[in-house]
Amino acid sequence: MLDIKRIPIPALVGIVLTALFVLAAILAPWIAPHGNGEIVGDVWEPMSAQHWLGTDNLGRDLLSRMMYGARITLFIAVLATALSFSLGAILGFSAAVFGGWFDTLLSRLVDLLMSIPTLIMGLVVLSVLPSNLVTLILVMGILDSTRVYRLSRAVAVDINVMDYVEAAKLRGEGEGWIIFREILPNALSPLVSELGLRFIYAVLFLSTLSFLGLGVQPPDADWGGMVKENKDGIVFGIAAALIPAAAIASLAISVNLVADWVLNRTTSLKGGRG
Amino acid sequence: MADKHPKSGMLLDIRNLRIEATVYPPGEPPKNIVLVHDVSLTLEKGKVLGLIGESGAGKSTIGLSSMGYGRGGVRITGGEVILNGRDILKGGKEGFRKLRGREVCYVAQSAAAAFNPAHRLMDQVVEAALLHGTATRAEAERRAVALFKKLSLPNPESIGERFPHQVSGGQLQRVMTAMALCSEPDLIVFDEPTTALDVTTQIDVLAAIKDAIRDTHVAALYITHDLAVVAQVSDEIMVLRHGRLVEWGGTRQIIKEPRQEYTNALVSVHQIEHEEQKPGTTPFLAVKSITAAYGRSHIKVLKNVSVDIYPGQTLAVVGESGSGKSTLARAITGLLPPEQGTVTFDGRPLANRLAERPKEDLRQLQMIYQMADVAMNPRQTVGTIIGRPLEFYFGMRGRERDKRVAELLDKIEMGKGFVDRYPAELSGGQKQRVCIARSLAAKPKLIICDEVTSALDPLVAHGILELLLGLQKEENVAYLFITHDLATVKSIADSIAVMYRGEVVRYGAKSKVLTPPFDAYTDLLLSSVPEMEIGWLEKAIKGRRMASAGN
Repeated sequence: MLDIKRIPIPALVGIVLTALFVLAAILAPWIAPHGNGEIVGDVWEPMSAQHWLGTDNLGRDLLSRMMYGARITLFIAVLATALSFSLGAILGFSAAVFGGWFDTLLSRLVDLLMSIPTLIMGLVVLSVLPSNLVTLILVMGILDSTRVYRLSRAVAVDINVMDYVEAAKLRGEGEGWIIFREILPNALSPLVSELGLRFIYAVLFLSTLSFLGLGVQPPDADWGGMVKENKDGIVFGIAAALIPAAAIASLAISVNLVADWVLNRTTSLKGGRG
Repeated sequence: MADKHPKSGMLLDIRNLRIEATVYPPGEPPKNIVLVHDVSLTLEKGKVLGLIGESGAGKSTIGLSSMGYGRGGVRITGGEVILNGRDILKGGKEGFRKLRGREVCYVAQSAAAAFNPAHRLMDQVVEAALLHGTATRAEAERRAVALFKKLSLPNPESIGERFPHQVSGGQLQRVMTAMALCSEPDLIVFDEPTTALDVTTQIDVLAAIKDAIRDTHVAALYITHDLAVVAQVSDEIMVLRHGRLVEWGGTRQIIKEPRQEYTNALVSVHQIEHEEQKPGTTPFLAVKSITAAYGRSHIKVLKNVSVDIYPGQTLAVVGESGSGKSTLARAITGLLPPEQGTVTFDGRPLANRLAERPKEDLRQLQMIYQMADVAMNPRQTVGTIIGRPLEFYFGMRGRERDKRVAELLDKIEMGKGFVDRYPAELSGGQKQRVCIARSLAAKPKLIICDEVTSALDPLVAHGILELLLGLQKEENVAYLFITHDLATVKSIADSIAVMYRGEVVRYGAKSKVLTPPFDAYTDLLLSSVPEMEIGWLEKAIKGRRMASAGN
């Protein structure tokens, strides 16, 4: 059913790039030329046949670091996004379906969370809690879920008043069926487009946190952390910091190209048959 | 205008009009479809031509072409539209600008959607005349007030000060007619101007439009799917189907001696033979003095309503919009718990609230909605939609369920091939049939039909009604049939409840309710149903005893 020729070029570019990043992340321990923390040469060596992307501020192979970095970045971003979406969407849909005090309580709580800038909230929480991957993912996921909650609730409130939902209620269906079988499939389009965007925000947020020193701790590094490590080189005309930055940018674009394409396909109400 | 141009002679001459649109099916190259196939028509000054046909017949498209307009993506690709002696299609954008709102005006179906809610009515009514510079503001407003008077709007001097939401639907439709007439055009295109109105309001608007046309000597294209309505206002009628001309002739000829089979089908569509059943001894569902209101408001939507439903019979609830018909259905289903009164089912009281009713009670009461396309989840296939009640109520799974779904599809006269289809791949009539199958799947004792045929073309609606009657005989299911269409009521009801402002004003067996002497409201309702007879409108207006609630 899926014909490569029918995939539009932007989506194809997005798919190839995303796949590349994902493969590099998964296969890093096997295909990376050097270890993650291994010092293999001089500080900030230029690109060469031996070190394709040069070396970093401590003389580590940048290509290998990028691969391991992709591993950490994608791992955290994927889990944080998954958490924010399941939490936000389920709570948002429930608020729309149950209404009443449940809705009011949740919505005001979310308003409260949203009234504090995400970054400041993240900084405060992370400097208090022990700094490990689990806390990082939890904090990112929960903070992001407020946005998803808002969107899902708004979409679900509209769907909840449709006649087919009323018909399901008249049939006596439980809330589970109404949320997952009646509302969710119809709310998917806006949620998928939001998913691409939220994933990228997670990558950027993680990078920001790492840049500020609260994210992934050395010697491991995500791409944001690598920008931080190498930022001083820019003064000396050394491009090492730009490589992880460019990786963040191209991941952002390629994921959204894919999300756009998925969105186009899922909006068809005729099962993709035309 | 009447002074500048002679009162008779050719006004509009459309020759071999061809209208096309490009469709973009996903995954296939874009293709052209022809919406209107070389249709020609002529209209003399001061005459009214009715364009009639089902949806998709191209009536609106042809009507709009007389002002050189094609709706979203529609292109006029061939033919000539000659208005006042010149081909307007050759005039370009400038030409259209001079023409629209001056020589040709348009009256849309939904006045509520066509008025800008942020401006006062008067500003919108005189806008075209001012833009074209045909009148000063004072002149235009004087003319508008005169038109308001002629269209028998209340307070003609001050109604222009109001905003669109401050007048009723029927009044707004008349204001729109005034808007079209205000710039003294030669031609007005009426696009289903009364379709969205109640019968009792429709008759007022119809009479107002007819008088205005007669007094201003304007010519009109009157687009509708209702032959009885068009018979009242037109001099000639043109029957269209699938963008082709079927028949064109004088009004009398079309409705009395149609020459084409299709026209004949349209003319005779309302007649279904239905033998009235005598009510049994015990009703299985009894609604006793129900009172209900929305929210905490003190305005009661239902006041002390009592009706009985007998097994295998049809109770029709009629009334205009706002009379509480749908609210009665909501109270019976438990969606809106009544404040007072009870619903008795099989001799025991039903819980007021939906959440307190056992599954078995829910199964016995099923519902079919007016808009079939929003009554089905667009992301579920026909098989899932019909199969779900089977799983839910009877625990059927797998092959057993599929077999039953196939049987049900057979019952609604649709084949097995539809199981995998999505609602968006069905026509309007098919969608409604699937909804019927879904409610039948539960094997209910009562199906509540809320305006189930109102959104359908007459011929399709006819098919649905016949299907419902046939299924009633087979399954011995009772219907609570909510409608504003008395023709439907006559053809399917066993007993009738007439509702007016939340109260049942007349209730009993069909033959009793429809036999004189009538109370004032029932009389108004009955006399407002357009009949396919020339001169009916004048007779009906003369014989009326009360004004409709919409005014």
